[in-house]
Amino acid sequence: MADTAITVEDARKTYGTEHALDGLDLHVTWGTVHAVLGPNGAGKTTLVRTLSTLLRPDGGRIEVAGHDVLTEARAVRRRIGLLGQYAALDEQLDGRQNLEMFARLHHLGARHARVRAAELLDRFDLTGTGRTPVARYSGGMRRRLDLAASLITDPEVLFLDEPTTGLDPRGRAEVWAAVRSLVGGGTTVLLTTQYLEEADQLAHRIAFVDHGRVVTDGTPDELKTLTGGDRIDVVLRDAGQLGAAVALLPVTGVSVDTDRRLLSAPVADRMSALSGVVRALEAAGIEAADVALRRPTLDEVFLHLTGDENRVKEAA
Amino acid sequence: MTPYVLTDSWTMTRRELAHWARQPGQVLVGLVFPVMLLLMFGYLIGGGRGVTGDYVDYLVPGMFALTMAFGLEGTMLNVTQDLTRGVIDRFRSLPMTNGAVLVGRSAADMLQSAVGLALMTGVAYALGWRAHGGPGAFLGAVGLLLLLRFAMLWVGIHLALIAGRPEMVQAVQILIWPVGFLSNVLATPDAMPDWLGTAVQWNPLSQTATAVRDLLGSQGGEPGHLWAAVAWPLGLLAVFFPLAVGRFARLGR
Repeated sequence: MADTAITVEDARKTYGTEHALDGLDLHVTWGTVHAVLGPNGAGKTTLVRTLSTLLRPDGGRIEVAGHDVLTEARAVRRRIGLLGQYAALDEQLDGRQNLEMFARLHHLGARHARVRAAELLDRFDLTGTGRTPVARYSGGMRRRLDLAASLITDPEVLFLDEPTTGLDPRGRAEVWAAVRSLVGGGTTVLLTTQYLEEADQLAHRIAFVDHGRVVTDGTPDELKTLTGGDRIDVVLRDAGQLGAAVALLPVTGVSVDTDRRLLSAPVADRMSALSGVVRALEAAGIEAADVALRRPTLDEVFLHLTGDENRVKEAA
Repeated sequence: MTPYVLTDSWTMTRRELAHWARQPGQVLVGLVFPVMLLLMFGYLIGGGRGVTGDYVDYLVPGMFALTMAFGLEGTMLNVTQDLTRGVIDRFRSLPMTNGAVLVGRSAADMLQSAVGLALMTGVAYALGWRAHGGPGAFLGAVGLLLLLRFAMLWVGIHLALIAGRPEMVQAVQILIWPVGFLSNVLATPDAMPDWLGTAVQWNPLSQTATAVRDLLGSQGGEPGHLWAAVAWPLGLLAVFFPLAVGRFARLGR
């Protein structure tokens, strides 16, 4: 078995003059969720389509599960599952027909295909859909069937291209739960997303992609450390005391959000900062609604990395 | 090629058959349309330039050939529709045989054409048309017609892969009518100006129609066209089959 589940070195893909992949490097460890995060047009979908053998790269070394996507495409296809941005299903057929067809094309025998289709329908709560063609499914049902179709052979590597875009909160939670359970079973997942929260919730590592390259790659904690470590948030009961509190607190670099009655400051030593703040507030008789230590959010990281607030809003 | 060529192709053919079961109306319209054309030209218009004697006797084999050629439209439409749907990405990311998608398409289209031919033959018989020349000749005629359909099918697949979108099919639909009528299916080239008659005689459709008329003992049949009725479709296949398969394999480049 190859050392890494996915190896991408200097991947290039050009459309006319536009460099969709411009020397992209990425290494994904077996059994982990690696999120690829970036704004629209950053190259996320091009990367997934290249990794899943749908698109031929112009250059670079790209291996999935130890097989080259160009020279060993079929070996790659045997080991992957793909959930694209748009439902890859036969709209005229029903759920069972779709799953049985895809199972047969994975070269499961007729009986095995029937059993597998029934299992997956049951697992994704689609057993009751009967003969209804996919064209009449709701968005959430379609997404679940699409996910089921990409899991027919328990793939070693699963690609999810913006799996929750366009889903309501319930649909999103369902997809997240499914991804967590897959990873629990040892599947390697590469997930693209525009949602920072999604990457934070699911991923072991996050690669920020922009203009066809990886800008930075690390664990969520490492990325958050990039902006300068932990922060302490203090919410007061009385907004009128904000000024007094700023002067009292044993921290520097305090930002004040009057609307939310919130003081926020970076801290070096978590515990001494926390106890110092609480003691100072008690001594001055200022009542706090909440005091909390936290890591910076990925929004703050993204803002820090790109230095461009508009891009972050687009991405979030 | 993989050891799964046959099972993959069969799976894809069954997919098309399942579509028929879902939308029988659409299939029925496709089958009835050529019958309508036959009735329209046979009775409403009721005659062709230079055809003397029983027009229906001349027309029926011609309409068989025309129906085979017009099958190209349906093939193109189906292929372009598939290409614009997300499901093609799923097929292309599976370890299935590359060409099975196209084989499934062609098997289903050939089946539909065979059923269409049977229906037209039934209607023609009801109208009093008769095939002369025995069962062997009849099967030979059916073989020539289906060979033409098979060639047009791969022309259609290739054009669809170039066009890419269903809207582009309309352009081909507009073009196929004059090409279809620029043949001897409705009228004999004897009555046409020389240059037009020559073009009409070269049309592969005319070759098949003449050979089929000869085999069925219908008006307008001439011996000696059999080789052209076989060579034309085979020639088209030799060009368009590899082009279409190659183009499908290169999707995504």
